[in-house]
Amino acid sequence: MRRLFLGLAVLCVGPTVRPSGAQDTSAIDRGVRIGIVYRPGVRPGMVVLPVHAAALDSVRAIMSRDLDFSDRFELITLPGGDSIRVSTAPTTRPATGGAAAATTLNYPLYQALGADFAVGVTPGSGDSAIVTVHDVAAGGVRREVRARLPALKDPGFRLVVHQLADRVLEAALGVGGTAATRILFVMEGKVYSIDQDGADQKLVSSSDHQAMSPAWAGDGRRFSYMEFWQGHGRLFVQEVASGKRAPVATTGQALDFTPAFSPDGKTLAFSRATEEGTDLYTVNFKDGCCLQRLTVGRFYDNLSPTYSPDGQRIAFVSTRAGLPQIYVMAADGTDPQLFAPFDYGATGSSNAPEWSPDGQTVAFHRDVGGTLQVFVLDVRTRAVRQLTSVGRNEDPTWAPDSRHMAFVSDRSGYRQLWIIDVETGRIRPLLQKSGARLPAWSPRLPETASSTP
Amino acid sequence: MKRLPLLLLSGLAVAVMAACGGKKPETTPQPQAANADSLAEAERLRADSIARAEREAREREEAERERQRRIADSLAALGKSTEAVRTLLATMIHFDYDKALIRGGDAAVLDQKVSILQANPALRIRISGHCDERGSDEYNLALGNRRATAAKQYLVSHGIDGGRIETVSYGEERPLAQGHDEEAWAQNRRDEVEILSGGENLKQP
Repeated sequence: MRRLFLGLAVLCVGPTVRPSGAQDTSAIDRGVRIGIVYRPGVRPGMVVLPVHAAALDSVRAIMSRDLDFSDRFELITLPGGDSIRVSTAPTTRPATGGAAAATTLNYPLYQALGADFAVGVTPGSGDSAIVTVHDVAAGGVRREVRARLPALKDPGFRLVVHQLADRVLEAALGVGGTAATRILFVMEGKVYSIDQDGADQKLVSSSDHQAMSPAWAGDGRRFSYMEFWQGHGRLFVQEVASGKRAPVATTGQALDFTPAFSPDGKTLAFSRATEEGTDLYTVNFKDGCCLQRLTVGRFYDNLSPTYSPDGQRIAFVSTRAGLPQIYVMAADGTDPQLFAPFDYGATGSSNAPEWSPDGQTVAFHRDVGGTLQVFVLDVRTRAVRQLTSVGRNEDPTWAPDSRHMAFVSDRSGYRQLWIIDVETGRIRPLLQKSGARLPAWSPRLPETASSTP
Repeated sequence: MKRLPLLLLSGLAVAVMAACGGKKPETTPQPQAANADSLAEAERLRADSIARAEREAREREEAERERQRRIADSLAALGKSTEAVRTLLATMIHFDYDKALIRGGDAAVLDQKVSILQANPALRIRISGHCDERGSDEYNLALGNRRATAAKQYLVSHGIDGGRIETVSYGEERPLAQGHDEEAWAQNRRDEVEILSGGENLKQP
């Protein structure tokens, strides 16, 4: 029924006209682009084809879930489940070099089923797999991706499959995915890592000290977090690949918390609580030098820094007006000003800002009638929009697509992590465990990050 | 008193000797009898002195035990004082929601701490500020810091050297009460005091 809203498949030459409110799903592979214009809210249909090699079942399952979680497709289940073969016999396509395992499909049939794209996984030579993205409307293969697959039990296996899913998304819609990402979070005073699809949870903070506030570096190769050491807060920077960590010099004698990497990965901004109050500092963590104080609060607190993706500005929390609210300043601490507008005396406390990777919004949470709700601030217009309303929702963190967001919610009766697609409003639990909090969503992970910490 | 029967016995012996004084032939055994008597008496005296020595030793032991008991008692009393001071020092102060102001009633609690710190100049303490679970997790570190600092400022403004007081914040990370109601929250919005050093023997203020 959904497909009744499907507009005409149009052949676009030159720049595509973007109808307001509609999703443009044009392919951007070549000069001549095949595009499909949709009414708002209708997403392209995607079929993940049955696999004919048992070893690739897991690949198909993980990839299907990733594509579903991207919230950009209607995943279509084939009639009669996976048992019915609806593809025609594989034929080698000499145009792709002979070695390709691409199949031609009965495209009209898939089109009738509502599919715009079909993805097939076939075994390649050796331990490799070939992922073929079919453009059903155009009646041809959009792209073929070949990847070496680690053994199923290899800790790097899942990340490779997630990266394949991201490449399918990129091939189909020309946008970056979030499949090859992980989320750090705190549970019972320890830092854990979990894949964005809820699999492969593991402990990453190694000591017995109570930990808080994990934060990723922009390259996805390291992260920082804070630990309580005899009442002091020490910051650590840990490498994903080796699991090695080092304390950040110049921290440890005070209560340092909420670390945030600058986008160039050289500087760590953080909050430091002393008897004067809490203020923002930066330090060159690699050389362990150049501690710089950005704010001088005295009678109010400044905390929770987050960099804009261009590294020019820092959004942060300040209690200068009484209750904590969201402010912004230049990255060197100059020109502080209110960022998220509020009604004095009426608007509740606002905390935990995180700048989106595309730079356009800042997510934060705000006290609404005694409970917390997630809000987003439009950086350009400074308009504030409430995103959640069920239960208590806090500590939002952006996925690299600036469209998905992980946050803490007690909507199911206990506090745990959830993921929301800001565009469709679709919500799913990330894990079914009580007490998970302070999530930090990674950037797209580099391939070398696949080795276990 | 124990010597009385001996005296009576020896007096009796003298009387016996005097009574028998006129009968010469019977005198021969007399010295022997007298000798036997004096030997017996010497024996008695010796036993008596031994008994006395033993008694004295027993008394000395008794006194020593008593002395030990008194020392132990006074040590216990001292310990009791240290324990009492510690308990007093550990009395927490509490805060209103999202506030770091010392409440009127808690000023008296802090005044006690001022007196204790004045009476024990070697004492160093650490004040930790805590919050309830309602606020933001990270903001609560800053709020707990304000709460610890507020108590320190009170002590310093009442004459305590600031160098003797450390402050830390645990935000909402170490709740005392586990509930999710105002009763638990009120208990968790607090400052705790722990002894860093100089707390082995504490004097009452």
